[in-house]
Amino acid sequence: MGKTIAEKIFEHHVIDKPFEDVWVLKLDAVFCHEITTPIAITDLMARGKDRVFDSSKIKAVIDHVTPAKDSKTAEQGKILREWARRHNIKDFFDIGRNGVCHALFPEKGFVRPGYTVIMGDSHTCTHGAFGAFAAGVGTTDLEVGILKGVCAFRYPKTIKFELTGKLPEGVFAKDVILFVISQIGVNGATDCVMEFTGNIVDEMSMESRMTLCNMAIEAGATVGICYPDEKTVDYLWQFIKNEYSSKEDALKDFRKWISDKDAKYEKVIKYDLSDLEPKVTYGYKPDLVKNVSEMEGTKIDQVYIGSCTNGRIEDLRIAASILKGKKIANTVRGIVSPATPEIFRMADKEGIIDIFMEAGFCVTNPTCGACLGMSNGVLAEGEVCISTTNRNFNGRMGKGGMVHLASPATAAASAIAGFITNSPLYKGGRK
Amino acid sequence: MKNFGGKVLFLDRSDINTDEIIPAKYLTEITKEALKPYLLEDLKLDGFNPKRDILGKRVIITRENFGCGSSREHAPWALEVNNITAVFAPNFARIFRQNMFNCGMLAAELPKEIIDEIFKKFSNKETDAIIDIKNATLELKAEGEYAKYNFNLTGFDRVLIEAGGWVEYADKKY
Ligand code: SF4
Repeated sequence: MGKTIAEKIFEHHVIDKPFEDVWVLKLDAVFCHEITTPIAITDLMARGKDRVFDSSKIKAVIDHVTPAKDSKTAEQGKILREWARRHNIKDFFDIGRNGVCHALFPEKGFVRPGYTVIMGDSHTCTHGAFGAFAAGVGTTDLEVGILKGVCAFRYPKTIKFELTGKLPEGVFAKDVILFVISQIGVNGATDCVMEFTGNIVDEMSMESRMTLCNMAIEAGATVGICYPDEKTVDYLWQFIKNEYSSKEDALKDFRKWISDKDAKYEKVIKYDLSDLEPKVTYGYKPDLVKNVSEMEGTKIDQVYIGSCTNGRIEDLRIAASILKGKKIANTVRGIVSPATPEIFRMADKEGIIDIFMEAGFCVTNPTCGACLGMSNGVLAEGEVCISTTNRNFNGRMGKGGMVHLASPATAAASAIAGFITNSPLYKGGRK
Repeated sequence: MKNFGGKVLFLDRSDINTDEIIPAKYLTEITKEALKPYLLEDLKLDGFNPKRDILGKRVIITRENFGCGSSREHAPWALEVNNITAVFAPNFARIFRQNMFNCGMLAAELPKEIIDEIFKKFSNKETDAIIDIKNATLELKAEGEYAKYNFNLTGFDRVLIEAGGWVEYADKKY
């Protein structure tokens, strides 16, 4: 019997099976941010266990509220900062070098195919774009990860998605994943791995694959995962060129992880996406999804472009191509947060920052901020935001606010219109 | 081991997420105790009043996919500081479920039909739950109603409940 990519990773990393169906895996990386890690740190200290399993495998960033907005968030940053210094964690990213974790860590080359990664953050599934088993965990699992470099999981069941056809122009990875979630529901992949395959995924950039995997958790999945290929090698090449004699070599090594043809799946779901329309959510769950055309005219107060879902350079380029030479509606507040300093600088060099500012956007530093209603764009009661983020939960961006999730193209076009509308990049698909 | 059982809070909705259980703006709190007043503050449920309805409750019985969304362990903590240490549902979001057991709390699955039956019989009555961890049983008592159910408490989950958490277990073993 063949194995899925997740099963191969499990077998390679297992160190114990203390109970039926519970696999304890050795971790290749433990990622940390300032919201969920400080409590883990103070608890470890209280237990007299202020240790780390391997300081080179721990990566930490202050990203959720940065610069700190008040004494409490300043304290959280301080605990993480002092801990990183105390344990000589070299890959610690503080103000000036910090960005949204799931954009920053891939950009630094910290994730490789076949890796096991945990973080105290549910969108850790993003890193599955590289063919890694990367899962969000709670604070206690994080503590044990920091202390021992291990984490326990149930043996993974995998749902395979075959995404085929030709995506219409102006339809993006965000529309694809919103569609998939709308089909299977927010509970549709609970405790499962979502394996994304098919020519549509093959043709996607690494950035788009990260967008796809990022929202796997919104269907309840443990991990979203793509097969490593030439694009994975190209993306990582600058970090791995000393480890492999050629890109072909690296590819061959990476391909050993991909699922066997006769692997066993919980389910195989096939979608031909040739007629997919741009999507947007309504209501307070990410599986409540409509075509943008059905929501046309919905008034908005704010547009947010950023986050670990859609704050990467590709996203900013797409938004800028729509905003160029235009002004956003004067009833709308536009906020863009390039997800990392590197993305910010690229956007600046390419003139994208200028386009956003000319259009009337406020450009903020890289941070999570408004995505979780912490800072930099919290909504007032009754306000509506179209956002490139990943959660529309009640209160997520501020008490009493409504968040409509959409692609950067739809968000940018809606900013100009002042209401939800399709982007000019979308021509109605083939037909 | 923690105490389990007491008055039941019925939450008749599926997909209750951790942002509803404890909103993100309170994640800057450094102590668990500080989360106490905010439990279920943003819950979307008709007629639900957190202050009034949570008071004195020890057990939650709810629908599918409880605890979906964010990985925040603040969700179990917010329950814990309100003395709610057990939740029953047809199924749970993975991270939330693991967080509960990692904290030595109970997130037990009961078949959907049983949960339906419980809601029908008990949800509009004041209901008491008696939870027997050793035998993995749940007894429900209300005026004119009584029922007893078995739930599953497998090896690893049981060890975490009995040991009071994963940190001590893992540090000794690995
Ligand atoms: S951008 Fe939003 S979803 Fe992503 S890690 Fe930050 S808070 Fe979480």
